[in-house]
Amino acid sequence: MELVTVWFILITVLWIGYLVLEGFDFGVGMLLPLVSRNDKERRVLINTIAPVWDGNEVWLIVAGGATFAAFPEWYATLFSGFYLPLLLILAALIIRGVAFEYRGTIESEKWRRNWDWAIVVGSTVPALLWGVAFANIVAGVPIDADKQFTGTLFTLLNPYGLLGGLTTLLLFAFHGALWLGLRTEGEVRTRSIALGAKLAVPTIVVAGAFALWTQLAHGKGWTWALVVIAAAALVTAGYAALRQNEGLGFGMTSLATAAAVILLFGSLFPNVMPSSTDAAFSLTVDNASSTHYTLVVMTWVAAFMVPVVVLYQSWTYWVFRHRIGVAKIPPGHGLPWNAAKATPQEAAS
Amino acid sequence: MDALDLARWQFGITTVYHFIFVPLTIGLAPMVAIMQTLWLRTNDERWLRMTKFFGKLFLINFAIGVVTGIVQEFQFGMNWSEYSRFVGDVFGAPLAMEGLAAFFLESTFIGAWIFGWDRLPKKIHLAAIWLAAIGVNLSAFFILAANSFMQHPVGVELNPETGRAELTSIFELLTNSTVLWAFPHQITAAFMTAATFVAGIAGWWMVKAKYQARAELKATEKAETDGKIKNVELYRPVFRLACSVLLVAGIGVAVTGHGQAQLMFEQQPMKMAAAEGLCETEEGAGLSLFAIGNPGPGHCDVWTVTIPGLYSFMATNDFGATVEGVNDLQKAYAEDYGDGQDYVPNLAMTYWNFRLMIGFGVLAAALAIVGLFVTRGGRTPGRWFGRFALVAIPAPFLANLTGWIFTEMGRQPWIVAPAPDGDPAIRMLTEQGVSMVGPWTVGTSLVVFTLLYGALGIVWFGLIRRYAAAGAAEIEEPAHTDDDADRPLSFAY
Repeated sequence: MELVTVWFILITVLWIGYLVLEGFDFGVGMLLPLVSRNDKERRVLINTIAPVWDGNEVWLIVAGGATFAAFPEWYATLFSGFYLPLLLILAALIIRGVAFEYRGTIESEKWRRNWDWAIVVGSTVPALLWGVAFANIVAGVPIDADKQFTGTLFTLLNPYGLLGGLTTLLLFAFHGALWLGLRTEGEVRTRSIALGAKLAVPTIVVAGAFALWTQLAHGKGWTWALVVIAAAALVTAGYAALRQNEGLGFGMTSLATAAAVILLFGSLFPNVMPSSTDAAFSLTVDNASSTHYTLVVMTWVAAFMVPVVVLYQSWTYWVFRHRIGVAKIPPGHGLPWNAAKATPQEAAS
Repeated sequence: MDALDLARWQFGITTVYHFIFVPLTIGLAPMVAIMQTLWLRTNDERWLRMTKFFGKLFLINFAIGVVTGIVQEFQFGMNWSEYSRFVGDVFGAPLAMEGLAAFFLESTFIGAWIFGWDRLPKKIHLAAIWLAAIGVNLSAFFILAANSFMQHPVGVELNPETGRAELTSIFELLTNSTVLWAFPHQITAAFMTAATFVAGIAGWWMVKAKYQARAELKATEKAETDGKIKNVELYRPVFRLACSVLLVAGIGVAVTGHGQAQLMFEQQPMKMAAAEGLCETEEGAGLSLFAIGNPGPGHCDVWTVTIPGLYSFMATNDFGATVEGVNDLQKAYAEDYGDGQDYVPNLAMTYWNFRLMIGFGVLAAALAIVGLFVTRGGRTPGRWFGRFALVAIPAPFLANLTGWIFTEMGRQPWIVAPAPDGDPAIRMLTEQGVSMVGPWTVGTSLVVFTLLYGALGIVWFGLIRRYAAAGAAEIEEPAHTDDDADRPLSFAY
């Protein structure tokens, strides 16, 4: 297999890692006001992802870095072309990340409320926009002979793109609900799984429509298999949610997410960014890639590092595997809102 | 302003902002790891309290460093896509390596450290903070390797067919003489930053605890003052540790800075001449201490106070050596790289930032020397010292920022400065690297990031100040139950 193909596959793998992992993080963030009824329950939800969300987000950074290293032209055209959606995604990821870390630092209802909103908005916006972005990459956007994107923000807001956005939004909400079912106990768990069961039908309908559209308009013969796998996985996940088998359900939404990414990238190959202006202007794995030498170097680095990363990230998931419930949430650790009253002793509580 | 100016402002603002937090993270991670190691080795509870106290401050800082870092990576594609196309074959590699080898390490093990206090065996929990500390330091190496390529591109040649830079040796890229000096300079500067931060806060607390104890002694006629006096002793070891780190790091910064200056004299003579405001070529050129008025285009010859021969010595280790001035260098550059281009960086910015960097660094180092002196033999200094310790905290932050502003603005007008000992075709002007994105788009993101970063900066400062002022908390014994799965979390967001 040619190295450019290897790297196309590796970047697919990085996006699978990112969207499966941060997919449920986004889901948890979006469902925060829907599942929880009080602050302690919100803390239960947030703490199911607290030790791991940062590591999950690194998959995005590495996917970006790997694209830069292996397909610099793709990186340059994509990031300068999809400028404003990326700006929104970045702003969302910033407020969301800070919100996780800061919401507990001050004991104040208002303070926490504001950060909770940052988590909800910061999770919803990227969950929607990643779908819009990927759908547009697959469908093709106006790119001229100089590999420059010539469209605007509104070019991206077409029906297929929006359907893609709605798909990732629902899929990640569903995925997150089952994750919460898997990682919490008591009422929060019951409520999460029930919400998951409710999300199943709209997810299956929307994602199914998106997958079919993708397959019929851009797919290849072999990508039918992924449409079938994704559909079967989502139906199974819905069934599992009804039977309160959240372990199976979560496995299935993970599989569906992975299948969706492979469907999109598989439809794309050997293009990386088809041009809707003229097929001759399309960016392909060949005309967008780095030189052979750079790819060889990066292949060695990736072949050595990716398994190590998977190993130690799995280890942290294993360390923090226990279910969390309201009974296990310790008292708040923040400082009082009124700093003048704070003493070292109070800070301890 | 056009898209180029806006993109430059945006890169400047987002990078300078990101870099407020980064040096503190790089230095504080290993320092917290050292505190925790001392706790495990000595069993002295004071080290545990210090680990938790500075660990908390570290995390408040880490969070904002992480989220602003994502912008940095994406920005090359968003605003500098033509640069990315030109150097992608070379420049993407260290960025991807940083992600794979460093970011995963730090972010995964930071999570394990924050939430692993009673989940992990003590030694593994300690290993987690050390691995995170190694991660942040490794990350600095890869980023500096990427930056050094922009200062001094090696291990690369131009493909005349595609007009793109191509990597010829990853080994040369990662052992670029520029990064071999820049890395220790930046790491020691980061240790200075963290050590000043720790010494500043611990020093302030030590003094405060002494006066609290005195006031109580007067009020209660000697009774129950033990606790407060203990607080003086609580902060003393960490204060002295930080001062020692600061002193060693300060010497390291000076030595590596000297090495860097000599290298820069060979690799980017224009930047060095600009830093000195040296207009005309001179034999035995003096080191300018400060200037009256700004050196700038057309009036290089402002009145400056100079130490004769010292600049020649700094650049070449020879007091009498001839060093080239800005005007001659401009002629030489125009000959090599084409007429009609101003190759002189902004003289006022390079001149003053270079001096501010050194000045702020010296102020921080002074804290170490004074601090170690006034606490010798168990002494505790007076109130003046508490104030001095606090005032010194921003100094190394400012030294880091002015240093980077100097080195990046001094590189202008190049985004990739040509290497005198490399392929001369590998060069790019900053104006050639910018994306073909409209000024409104770049302007929008400039406004969004500036406002967002401004708001987060206020929150960050407020939290750091409050947590520092709250002091180190007492250690509570966690309530243990035998069943692992039923145990409450020792810490939760």
